[in-house]
Amino acid sequence: MNITYNLPAIGTQLVLGAGVILVLLADLLTGKKNRDVAYQTTLTVLVLAGIICVMKWGSAGAGFGGQVFGDGFASFFNLAFLAIAFLVVFNSPNYLKRNEIDHGEYYMLILIAVLGMTFMSSAGDLLIFFLGLETMSISLYVLAGFHKSRARSNESSLKYLLLGAFFTGFLLYGIALIYGQVGSTNLADITSYLAGSANPLGGYMGVGLALLLVGLLFKMAVVPFHFWSPDVYDGAPTPVTAFMSAAPKAAAFAAALRIFYDPAISLGLPWDKTLWIAAALTITLGNFAALAQSSIKRMLAYSSITHAGYLMIGLAAGNELGASGMLYYLFTYGFMNVGAFTIAWLVNRRGEGNYLLSDFAQLGSRNPVMALLMSIFMLSLTGIPPLAGFFGKLYVFSAGVKAGLIWLVVIAVLNSVVSVFYYLRVMVIMYMREEEGLKDLEKAPTVAITAILCGLVILLLGLFPGPLLDLARESVLSLL
Amino acid sequence: MIISLNHYLVLSAFLFCIGVAGVLTRKNAIIIFASIELMLNAVNLSFIAFARHWGDAGGQIFVFFSLVVAAAEVAVGLAIIVVLFRHKETINIDDVNLMRW
Repeated sequence: MNITYNLPAIGTQLVLGAGVILVLLADLLTGKKNRDVAYQTTLTVLVLAGIICVMKWGSAGAGFGGQVFGDGFASFFNLAFLAIAFLVVFNSPNYLKRNEIDHGEYYMLILIAVLGMTFMSSAGDLLIFFLGLETMSISLYVLAGFHKSRARSNESSLKYLLLGAFFTGFLLYGIALIYGQVGSTNLADITSYLAGSANPLGGYMGVGLALLLVGLLFKMAVVPFHFWSPDVYDGAPTPVTAFMSAAPKAAAFAAALRIFYDPAISLGLPWDKTLWIAAALTITLGNFAALAQSSIKRMLAYSSITHAGYLMIGLAAGNELGASGMLYYLFTYGFMNVGAFTIAWLVNRRGEGNYLLSDFAQLGSRNPVMALLMSIFMLSLTGIPPLAGFFGKLYVFSAGVKAGLIWLVVIAVLNSVVSVFYYLRVMVIMYMREEEGLKDLEKAPTVAITAILCGLVILLLGLFPGPLLDLARESVLSLL
Repeated sequence: MIISLNHYLVLSAFLFCIGVAGVLTRKNAIIIFASIELMLNAVNLSFIAFARHWGDAGGQIFVFFSLVVAAAEVAVGLAIIVVLFRHKETINIDDVNLMRW
């Protein structure tokens, strides 16, 4: 048997993999007192991987006998992961020094997590998908507990690890059963089995697919598998939280689209009922729990559960508009979340583990630029036009209507109205509330640049959503 | 009696359920971890049985990778449990309760 390796198909991953080793070595050789070299190497590696990703956009084709794909879909998500990782790493040194956890391994772990995600988005085989997922998860377990002298960080990583490993068991069992029915773990083989079988869910297949879906829903933090995420997000170091709430979620949705998108439209499997209920519960529960939070970090954690619910509508719709809407949504959502979390840790004044909404008091007069950017992020998360968050919701909701999920969309729209309350509360606190003893913000140019970049991306993609949506549509077409 | 594919699958499902029960009922972090390992290895048994059934090496190769993943998870997990012990002098997960909503 001849296998064509086609290395360009994993060009991005090769750069990242080499980068991991390079960062470790660079930190070993130079990192006695400062981590500047590791930091700069990481940024360079991320930019290089991004350049390769753009140069080979969608043209690399299948590699390693159909095990990985370098198609437009993979390129789209890889670029999103790299952009999110770049922004997070860019402003991390400030945070790491402030909390005295300035270790070079931080950068290496982020690169490994991104490497895992890129394999998830380009997997053509359940084996590659599984390895990508675990590469990502294991480095995230460590990153969540990176602040090891703090009990909350440790607790966060323990909860993530135990639950994550537990659900890995279910996911792996699902893959085993699918393998048992089909005789192969290749996605193309599984798709053609489902298309050619009279009773596609007979035998082990139905249970297998359901267990695989459970594993994915856990990573997306969808109800009823969401319970870990507020605690994990709350306890983890804040830049890690920003990263975790944006990138792994996108990776899980990318994998779900890779695995389920094609069979779902050609066969009409009974996913939509299950996904319908999960989406409705996720949106409602996330929303009402977010209302009750006094910590900005937990509020954003519950809000990210709600957004996973909105994205589920696109998955439940199972049409092309839904899938391309999800791509647009995930891409822009990353920027909103990274921006909001970054400003949150800059504003925080009681130290880690005590993030209060009231820290934002008078930000409008203390630092008008940051307050304006935070307002943009909040409005975009609410879904106010002309910001990017609005178009993401619009595309996903209209895909839901097109697929006949009218009531689900009605629930989602009503919940969006409720969410106005807690997002705008942040703005009210920033501009209206008076409080004693507030200090000026620390000067942190990297944080300012990150926030400004995120704000600009959201504004531009909101004013001109066309190009990105076209790109998303092309990427989805490359899936089929 | 001939040992068929189904015997292996039933054994595997049984072991998996013991693992799940262990995770859900025990309070000691290390026992929970051992139960998770039992779940993963029960799945490996299924993989090998299916690989034999199909006469395909793919399932056995999958087992190699899943063993490596399980080993990596243990390495990270035990390190996290050691840090937990340094903080609390206990590894009972009921005491891990700083954050509850």
